[in-house]
Amino acid sequence: MNQYLSKQVADLKPSGIRRFFDLAAQMDDVISLGVGEPDFVTPWSFIEQSFHALEQGYTSYTENAGMIELREEISAYLNRSFGLSYDASDQVIVSVGASQAIDLALRAIVNPGDEVIVVEPSFVAYVPAITLAGGTPVTIQTKAEDDFKVQPEQIEAAITPNTKAIMLCNPNNPTGTFLEKKELEQLGKVIAKHDLLVLSDEIYAELTYDEPYTSFPTISGMKERTILISGFSKAFAMTGWRLGYATGPSEIISAMVKIHQYTMMCAPTMAQHAALEAMKNGRESVQHMLESYKQRRNLIVSSLNEIGLDCPNPGGAFYAFPSIKATGLSSAEFAEQLLQEEHVAVVPGEVFGANGEGYVRCSYATSIKQLDEAMNRIKRFVEKRINPATASLKSSG
Amino acid sequence: MIETEVELLRLIEKNANLKVEKIAKLMGKSKEEIEELIASLEKKKAILGYSTLIDWAKVENEEEVTAMVDVKVTPARGVGFDKVAERIYRFPEVKAVYLMSGAYDLSVSVRGSTMMEIGHFISEKLSTLDSVLSTTTHFVLKKYKHDGIILEDEDDDDKRIVVSP
Repeated sequence: MNQYLSKQVADLKPSGIRRFFDLAAQMDDVISLGVGEPDFVTPWSFIEQSFHALEQGYTSYTENAGMIELREEISAYLNRSFGLSYDASDQVIVSVGASQAIDLALRAIVNPGDEVIVVEPSFVAYVPAITLAGGTPVTIQTKAEDDFKVQPEQIEAAITPNTKAIMLCNPNNPTGTFLEKKELEQLGKVIAKHDLLVLSDEIYAELTYDEPYTSFPTISGMKERTILISGFSKAFAMTGWRLGYATGPSEIISAMVKIHQYTMMCAPTMAQHAALEAMKNGRESVQHMLESYKQRRNLIVSSLNEIGLDCPNPGGAFYAFPSIKATGLSSAEFAEQLLQEEHVAVVPGEVFGANGEGYVRCSYATSIKQLDEAMNRIKRFVEKRINPATASLKSSG
Repeated sequence: MIETEVELLRLIEKNANLKVEKIAKLMGKSKEEIEELIASLEKKKAILGYSTLIDWAKVENEEEVTAMVDVKVTPARGVGFDKVAERIYRFPEVKAVYLMSGAYDLSVSVRGSTMMEIGHFISEKLSTLDSVLSTTTHFVLKKYKHDGIILEDEDDDDKRIVVSP
């Protein structure tokens, strides 16, 4: 049957994460630090609101762009949380997860041959989404010594006459790297100079722990060239509801709505009702989860460093990205052997980009009890491998 | 109260069994800082004790009965409801006493091993107090949630797939 497949799809590399999932699925006592989603169940009031909407008979389509009440609430939320201002009538679209918003945005702007810059290590879907939209992904490899923060000169070097846009994810999956206002301003200068569009994936914006968050469109001159992408999955613990949104210049949002109306009609109605409650009354639930994530981050980072896996303190999201170079294993070997021997799942850094090699992604969206047990198992695993000579060298110098 | 104190209190309110070392790691502080903080909170009685939430229904021969008693009283001049409340809360059978707004004055939670025992306490001790005008007793039939903890056996399996992007 393969001859019937579209060449573009046939050539697409299967996700490295998927292969790993199949392996882990055969074990029954796996502690997973491989999950890119909250361990919290959706706050009850959101679920209850969705029940209520269903009981009231809200089971039909909504407007293509999403219920206007929800778009208004999203607009108000972005305003009070990040100081953004978007017109709910034509600058906001409600999508099926942030993932669909990324797809819509790329399809709305990319012509064949257009290049889109991706900053690696990155979320695994960016590169394939660009390819599927007919564009050419161009990757930038951030460096560990820069804390995996993209440098303006790296962007400058990646730009060609064909560059159309750049994708930024802040805080970043998988590194947890958090770009501050000053750093964003530096990037903004290069972006304006070369007249690029920006797809700013801010799905983890609520999940920052030490410094206040700066939304990219608030950087001077950036709002008119930025498509802001976010959603309810992470901070509101609503992954399975599949609800996201994008905001941006009305021309681009209208183009996205055009694709959306032909390919999706609208985002699920019951999920939109739950999201309405999340926007109106979700503040406190988010704060509780946030406090808990911060504590778990402190716990996992100090534990990993004690174990001997060098791990900088991530400023946001819920991922730690420790170096596993001390073990002498590749990231895929580390992850596979750890899973086989100790039944702990982490994601090898290489699946997020070539420069992710030497690192693994550990999600700390897991109960403290599970984290403790996972750290015990990783400790046992690492101790067997770290060469005593290198270990003593490290401690002395 | 400073933010770290509130964070610490929230942590141990949920789990009084947390070790100081673990609290220190979670909050990104040193063990000594946490010990000091706990000592100061104990001193100013923000922390009153460390109890364990037990579902006695699960313990053989230790089943217990709880009654919520609505009590109407005559407040005394100068001390209001405080004096009569004290007369009531000194009884060890009484687990909680609250002054309420609305149809009655004091809400008294009484615990005993049988209904008879509680009935005896109410008729002999509580309703005979001078300032008590009337009592209405409601026995608890089943506890679903207590102090924020759900007592039903819930399936706490992780329902997430093992690896996701």
